[in-house]
Amino acid sequence: MAGSNKTNSTPPRWLLAELTYACPLQCPYCSNPIDYANYQSELSTEDWKRVLSQARKMGAVQLGFSGGEPLTRKDLVELVKHARDLGYYSNLITSGYGMTETKIVQLKEAGLDHIQISIQASSQELNDHIAGTSSFDHKKSVAHLIKKHGYPMVLCVVIHRENIHQMAQILEMAEELGADYLELANTQYYGWAHVNRDLLLPTKEQFQQAEKLAQAFKDRVAGKMKIYYVVPDFYEDRPKACMNGWGTTFLTIAPDGVALPCHSARELPGLDCPNVNDYSIETIWNESRAFNFFRGVDWMKEPCLSCDEKSKDFGGCRCQAYLLTGDMYAADPVCSKSSDRAVIEQAIDSAKTASAISTNEKPLIFRNSKNSKIMTRN
Amino acid sequence: MTLNLDKPIKFSPLHRLQWEEAQQKDVILYPEGMVELNQSSAEILKCCDGTRNLDQIVSELELKFATSGLKNDITNFLEIALKNGWIQQNQ
Repeated sequence: MAGSNKTNSTPPRWLLAELTYACPLQCPYCSNPIDYANYQSELSTEDWKRVLSQARKMGAVQLGFSGGEPLTRKDLVELVKHARDLGYYSNLITSGYGMTETKIVQLKEAGLDHIQISIQASSQELNDHIAGTSSFDHKKSVAHLIKKHGYPMVLCVVIHRENIHQMAQILEMAEELGADYLELANTQYYGWAHVNRDLLLPTKEQFQQAEKLAQAFKDRVAGKMKIYYVVPDFYEDRPKACMNGWGTTFLTIAPDGVALPCHSARELPGLDCPNVNDYSIETIWNESRAFNFFRGVDWMKEPCLSCDEKSKDFGGCRCQAYLLTGDMYAADPVCSKSSDRAVIEQAIDSAKTASAISTNEKPLIFRNSKNSKIMTRN
Repeated sequence: MTLNLDKPIKFSPLHRLQWEEAQQKDVILYPEGMVELNQSSAEILKCCDGTRNLDQIVSELELKFATSGLKNDITNFLEIALKNGWIQQNQ
């Protein structure tokens, strides 16, 4: 049974520090939990320093400062400095909102290695609509400042039905801004994106057309810019190797100190995810029920159990299996071997039907505290 | 992109080369990624400080490890390093 016996584990390599759920943007595909407004408490500066030190000692080396918007934390520079002293490679994952040249310089001096900035679309109107905030021009100027001060820059654009038609312009924008990496992140349908899926999921034809443009661009800019392409798994017939396997590589710490094997895991029932205020990172990683729950292959059911690809994709994503089939032990329904694959086809059909209807009839639900509270109450 | 034989070779400022105690390995770190290096690859990259060209790096390493005939291996590795953006050759 899952969680009852420990599998030999590898140490964490990637630490995602979600410093806060506060965010001035309202993106309707946000990966934060729907009920984020219920988690008001945030770890203190000293708590974060302790967490960073403990995880580093175990071997974590890549560190993402994320959120919410990490720039809303007043102690960000201090935490970056602490991370640099410990030898982390620090990535700041930001919307750019609230960033100034002074802050960029301070972060550089503190030892920040890289900035990933998100832009929602290639035009001001659409960017500001999706972000729920007037932010487009500022984001572009921040992108220029990131390069001016010698950081490597990842430009992240989340792709969905409202902006997929802009693919050609998005690629042009990445080149114009001097991005070293372009992350084309096809929306993953959890949390807020799950709620808005009918309005966000593109058709297969739209994906194929966009992918073709991205592929041609990738070849043209080879040697100058690298492309990270997050696959649209609904249109694949095998699931993603989620988190490189449960509890093998990734450790997420939520703003309130809850330690998660992936950033959606607090939505899974009965995991009892531990808090860094109660346990050390070493105890959490090695001993906790949550981190051992889906380690290895003993928890699997058919068709995963006898599948010759189980060590390649680990049965796919547990959160997606739970969200779409109600059974977190089931195969990821994206897999064509899953008996639940029909739910994916239904989702695709439902989105296609919705795309024919005026968006006024069923508006996007933006990610903000008001909507979080309303949806949690229901 | 091919290696220029005359120009000095520099480790890319957009990457970081560092010893990882937990892994007992040198690694290259870059945005959201890491490459683990074997000892000889790490030794080559540590010579890429922007003052030496290919022949000078070969001489340095042959002297350091009291051996000869390293040129082919070093060239092959540096071609890969250049293609991956780990090293640069400025004017």
